[in-house]
Amino acid sequence: MSPSFLVLQLLNGLSLAALYFMVASGFSLIFGLMRVANLSHGALYLISGYIGLTVVRSTGSFLLGLGAAVIAAVLLNILIKEGFLRFVRSRELSQVLLTIGLAFITGDLCLAIWGGVPTLIPIPSPLQGAMNLGLIAYPRYRLLLILIGASVAVALWLLLERTRWGAVIRAGVDDPEMVSALGIDIERVFLGVFVLAAILAGVAGVLGGALLGLYPGGDSDILLISLVVVIVGGLGSLQGALVGSLLAGFLEAIGKSMLPELAYFILFAPMVIILAFRPQGLVGRR
Amino acid sequence: MSIRWRKRAGIALALLAGAAIPYVAPPVYVNLASEILIFGLLAMSIDLLLGYTGLVPLGHAAIFGVAAYVVAYLNARMGLSHTVAIPAGILGALIVSGVFGLLAVRTAGLYFMLITLAEGMLVWGLAYRWTSVTGSENGIGGITRPEFLILPWQFYYAVLVLFAVCAWMLHRIAHSPFGLTLRGIRDNEARMPMLGYNVTLHKFLAFLISGGFAGIAGAAYALYNRFVSPATVEFARSAEGVLMVILGGSGTLIGALLGSGLILLTRNVISLYTDRWLIVMGTLFVLVILFMPDGLLRGLERGVHRLRVAVSHLRFLGSLLRPIRSPTTAKEPAGEVPVPTRHETP
Repeated sequence: MSPSFLVLQLLNGLSLAALYFMVASGFSLIFGLMRVANLSHGALYLISGYIGLTVVRSTGSFLLGLGAAVIAAVLLNILIKEGFLRFVRSRELSQVLLTIGLAFITGDLCLAIWGGVPTLIPIPSPLQGAMNLGLIAYPRYRLLLILIGASVAVALWLLLERTRWGAVIRAGVDDPEMVSALGIDIERVFLGVFVLAAILAGVAGVLGGALLGLYPGGDSDILLISLVVVIVGGLGSLQGALVGSLLAGFLEAIGKSMLPELAYFILFAPMVIILAFRPQGLVGRR
Repeated sequence: MSIRWRKRAGIALALLAGAAIPYVAPPVYVNLASEILIFGLLAMSIDLLLGYTGLVPLGHAAIFGVAAYVVAYLNARMGLSHTVAIPAGILGALIVSGVFGLLAVRTAGLYFMLITLAEGMLVWGLAYRWTSVTGSENGIGGITRPEFLILPWQFYYAVLVLFAVCAWMLHRIAHSPFGLTLRGIRDNEARMPMLGYNVTLHKFLAFLISGGFAGIAGAAYALYNRFVSPATVEFARSAEGVLMVILGGSGTLIGALLGSGLILLTRNVISLYTDRWLIVMGTLFVLVILFMPDGLLRGLERGVHRLRVAVSHLRFLGSLLRPIRSPTTAKEPAGEVPVPTRHETP
């Protein structure tokens, strides 16, 4: 293995991890705060990616597409929470099954509207091409993705650890009843987390649509990776989502380049090992 | 005594009706009936976990599918006989459910769902991407049936017998002391270890038994469909199985067959008009969860109960109304015991 190969795989892994982190952290936040395993999160990623694609195609502006995707994702997630989940509050099983139903509807709707041909969202021209890093030349877009992923991670950390709002969320993860007893409207906090998760999923939908493409089944692929990430890292923990995303990104990059037929399988190896020895995840608490 | 005999009569009637299907229905529907029984068995195996143990498996189609794939590979690719392929398929399902169970039963509730979901998708990923063995999207075709099971009615009767035997076994398991322990775990998992039960072991055994029956259904499906593909093991099938159980009524076993019948009939009708089955199924999911979370059987039971209550209320109201409707009889006793008359008699 040459050093340039290693650097290449490192960067590939990082760019995938950046994408995974944006989806998985939203999933994990919703789970941690509300104990809702929102299985429609992958479908949210896919449909906002497709909406972004349509807007990018018709306006020619990547940023407009990104904005449209985020708005659509936020509206959809508010609909999911206020239109459906509110009727099955505190019934975990029903909540999960409800989001499964919504995920099927959304995913099949995408297939009906946008068809089954895998499509890439066109990357804006300044980001096309590669950048010379000395050892290797690497696509600019992927480098930007790594930067975005890192800044999202820092921003989320600052939000959760350094703001009043973040303190309320963390308190809500530990004891929602006590938070509402202190006079804080926990429902608004829940809604805020749903909106935050939707913004992340919408951004990831467009960025991922330009990296991996949009295709039927892309929703369950990304959902599955989110599951692996949160099971490995620990459900409801931001650090866990970060660690899990990095692990999943590197394994996917290395697996794809070395054992393409079993790449999917390799992604699960850490999950199996961690479940066997640390069922609460690497960073998770019981 | 009478309830037991009523139940037995019901089962006999159901079996008779099942046996009559090939005489009254065209072969297409006989095949559909076989499919309903096969997926009913899969749904029943899910019900053992969902309804009796309180664990919701979201990857059972994968265990079902492993059996189907093993049968397909051994029979169609390697040309082995059914007497080898079918037991090997069921054994394969048992091994996979053993491994999956070991990982999953350490958890409960949401975690269990997420882990089984990931396990199921892992099998799907293998079926889809391990091309040299599974043939990827092209799947494995050319599975043969034994000579005496080739015609739709022959195969249907075999499946009917298989289903009846498995249903009886599952019923016995669910109503044994073991099954009662499972229900104890479902209702109060924290208390069971204090009563001396090994909860993890019970959950693991339940998972294994359930996986075994899912494997039997999967092996039957391989012979029924003569073709397996990643669509056999995909998440939508697992979710469909769970929907069947909840639609029919979880914790009833037989509700699973009702759910399987309803879902597959609906799918057959819908497929005449549109390819958008997943939208329909998703909508069904949402409607069932929102409006009928305890299923058709319980819903019917509740309906019958309400009807009875209503009838007895009406009777009660009727008894209240009676004196008003016939005022003469109501007032007579009051008029008969006037105080002055008693004074006058002595």
